[in-house]
Amino acid sequence: MVTIETPRSPRNRKSANREKWAWLFMRASGVVLIVLIFGHLFINLFTGDGIKAIDFAFVAGKWANPFWQVWDTLMLWLALIHGTNGMRTLVNDYAEREGWRKSLNFSLWTICILLIVLGTLVTTTFDPCPDTSVVSALPQFCSK
Amino acid sequence: MSTAVAENTEIGVVPSFTVTLFVRRFNKEDGLEARWEDFDVTVHGTDRVLDALHKIKWEVDGSLSFRRSCAHGVCGSDAMRINGRNRLACKTLIKDLDITQPIYVEPIKGLEVEKDLIVNMEPFYQAFRDVKPFLIASDKPEKERLQSPEDRERFDMGTKCILCAACTSSCPVFWTDGQYFGPAAIVNAHRFIFDSRDEGSEVRLDILNDKEGVWRCRTTFNCTEACPRGIEVTRLIAEVKQAILRGKP
Repeated sequence: MVTIETPRSPRNRKSANREKWAWLFMRASGVVLIVLIFGHLFINLFTGDGIKAIDFAFVAGKWANPFWQVWDTLMLWLALIHGTNGMRTLVNDYAEREGWRKSLNFSLWTICILLIVLGTLVTTTFDPCPDTSVVSALPQFCSK
Repeated sequence: MSTAVAENTEIGVVPSFTVTLFVRRFNKEDGLEARWEDFDVTVHGTDRVLDALHKIKWEVDGSLSFRRSCAHGVCGSDAMRINGRNRLACKTLIKDLDITQPIYVEPIKGLEVEKDLIVNMEPFYQAFRDVKPFLIASDKPEKERLQSPEDRERFDMGTKCILCAACTSSCPVFWTDGQYFGPAAIVNAHRFIFDSRDEGSEVRLDILNDKEGVWRCRTTFNCTEACPRGIEVTRLIAEVKQAILRGKP
């Protein structure tokens, strides 16, 4: 059996497609993510006490501010969709069997949506001092 | 007098040296896997890789197969992968390579190998045909179609293409499943899309807006680096992307 590297098959034309929009999204989200991620790193690691300041209270303090809620939610959405779309192009490149390709892409987007839902739930409904009977589970700054 | 003659021959002498060439051999008919075969060749300082291959074919092993026509960098027949880079064998001087090491010569990647350094170029030509690489004009050509030097300049770079496939076969996206049009087809579409005399730009832009069109380009710049004609292929692809976004050239 002679195996030749990458045998060719004729190109099948696919008409309407979203590749143009996917490409535009990658460009735009990439630029926005640079600002969001480096802004995030700068605020968390350089300003104030730097990395030593990061603890539960620090995060709770940030998410008490709508500005940081929007910032973090936007960063979460854009990074996940940007990354998943990048993985999708890799899957489309290298998964040659149609069934394999579809199931990989399906898993990718399922995980992406799941993470977006869970993450958004956290950034929008976060409450550092929930009304609970287990007082010892609460952080110290919650006066009880 | 005799001294002068000796000096003259001394000046005319081209230094020669021995190099080892590892050539990727493959023959569909012998049922063997592709393999490297090495040849020691004595070449002159002015010789190109193509001359070394000729020497092997003519003096050592006549079964070695490769394409070449003009042998002067114009026809685009002898694109091959030399020391891991796509080049024209007829434009690559051996002395410019690291001759202390063996020189590796293999067929361009991403196209089916037929024999030794010869690949099946048909998928490459099919992509070229698909972008309609010819002037589309509605009026009858009763007189010449005039064009300003500025309008001519707009697509000048794309006219340099010799269809050697060095760019397309250096593209990692083309290596994967061969569905992507490839840089060369896009360069040749660019040549007509930005030609002021042409009226088929919209058709070509629509063709390249395909799932396998320009959007698969990841701007790795392999094509620009591979082009033996110095075409800035990646830039031309980016211009076609911009034209698709604008909806016109």
